[in-house]
This record gives sequence, structure tokens and C-alpha cells, in this order.
Amino acid sequence: MSKKMKIMVPCDEAHHVCDKSQYKESSIWERMKLYMHLIFCKACRKYSKNNKKLSTTIHKAKVECLDKKCKEAMRLEFEKALKDQLK
Amino acid sequence: MPEHQLNPNKWIDLYSDYLFNYTITRVSDRDMAQDLVQDTFLAGLKSMKNFKGEASERTWLISILKRKIIDHYRKINSNKGKAEVRITYNDDESEGDWLEERVADPFDKTAEDLMQNSELGDAIFDCLSKLPEKQAEVFRMKTIEGYETEDICKELNINASNLWVIIHRARTAMASCLEKNWF
Repeated sequence: MSKKMKIMVPCDEAHHVCDKSQYKESSIWERMKLYMHLIFCKACRKYSKNNKKLSTTIHKAKVECLDKKCKEAMRLEFEKALKDQLK
Repeated sequence: MPEHQLNPNKWIDLYSDYLFNYTITRVSDRDMAQDLVQDTFLAGLKSMKNFKGEASERTWLISILKRKIIDHYRKINSNKGKAEVRITYNDDESEGDWLEERVADPFDKTAEDLMQNSELGDAIFDCLSKLPEKQAEVFRMKTIEGYETEDICKELNINASNLWVIIHRARTAMASCLEKNWF
């Protein structure tokens, strides 16, 4: 418990919480510790800002990619063609 | 000795996402895009001997894909028979040919936004392809496909703290790469 109640956290933990927050997986207590850390740590403030920017950018771009099943189907067909080619 | 060489065994792993995203921003139909990417790979395979080695593999595949996309639009256009051209507009909702109504709506920037988005998508996948394979895979699953942490851990057989370390490295690399190419 004593470890959990610490308010000051080191930078690597702050990074970890910041990463988790990008996927909305951090708890409120973790976020509070992160903000406490950000008050005095300039490097982490910068990291946090860039991290957020990356998240919003990717969200904004609405990138899509193939899901695994499609890719597998594609791979099968492609390998068949590749074998035919080599014959 | 050509500068670049083709290695079709790795095409699907390396380029399918990039090509797919490139296509989907231009044809906006998932199934169609998938077919086009598939066609591109097969066409690439067939014309491997025409590859001169001047461009990189991906550039070469993209140039095939571009032709495929153009062909696709040609095909659907010829199905239509003839294009419909309307110069004056007089639909029921608008009262008439008011000049004000013909001015472009400043809040409607969708076309430009879309274009910028498609370029941004290309940039993202460009950066993603520069990451080490493992990082790229985890980052893609987590951020783009939106899998749960647990599912990724199970699928790739890693533990959660391991995953976060990979994510952290990938995010740092992605941020600096996009910083250079986009922001």
C-alpha cells in the first residue's frame, strides 16, 4: 500500500501512465500522480504533449488497415500464384 | 547490378497495410480496395522481370496500384454510359439562382480535409513501416485496430509490461518520425 500511496513518481512511470492514458486505460489515481509529476518535470511535459499530439493525429487521419483474416486470405492466394510462377 | 531487388515473399507483410490505406482513401470501399491491393500484388508478381531496380519496391508497387485504381474508375464510368453534367442548379430546396448560394461554403472544407487526411494516412504508414517489425505490429494492433491489451498479449504471447515497453518505444519513434515528415 505504501508504494501505491506515493505521490511523487519517477519519469519512467510517468511515461508509462501517459502511454496508458492514450488508450484510456489509466486509473484516476495514476493520472493524478502523472499530473503531479508534470508540474515539475519539463521533459515529461514535452513527452506528454507529443504523445497526445500523436494520438489525435492518428485519430484524425482515420487510418484503416486490413484485418487478419483478409490478410491471411490474401496471403494464401498470393502464395499459390507465387508457386505457379516458379513452376 | 540494380540498386533495389524484389522479394515477393515479404510483400504482404511489408506493404499490404500501406497499399490498402492508400487505396481506401481513394476508392472508399473496403471490398473494392482489398481486391485492388490483391490485384496489385498479383500483377507485380507477373511483371517482376520488368522491374528495373531504379525505384524501391514500394514505389514500384504503388505505381502499379495507381494504374489499377485508374482502371477501376474507368470501368465504373463506362458502366454508367455517360456522365451527367449539370451547369445550372435549380433544385426544390433553393429558391433560385442566388449568387450567394453559389459561393463556396467556408465551413465546408471536406474535400480539402479529405485530401489532407489521405496524405496524412500515407505518412503514418510510411513511418510505421520504418519501425522494427514487432513494434509496428503491436502499435498497429493497439492504436489503429484498437485491440484490447489482453488480446494482444495473448495473441503475441507477451506480458502486459512487455507490451507497454514496446508501445512506448513505438510511440516515441512514431512521434519523431511524424514530426519530421508531417507536423
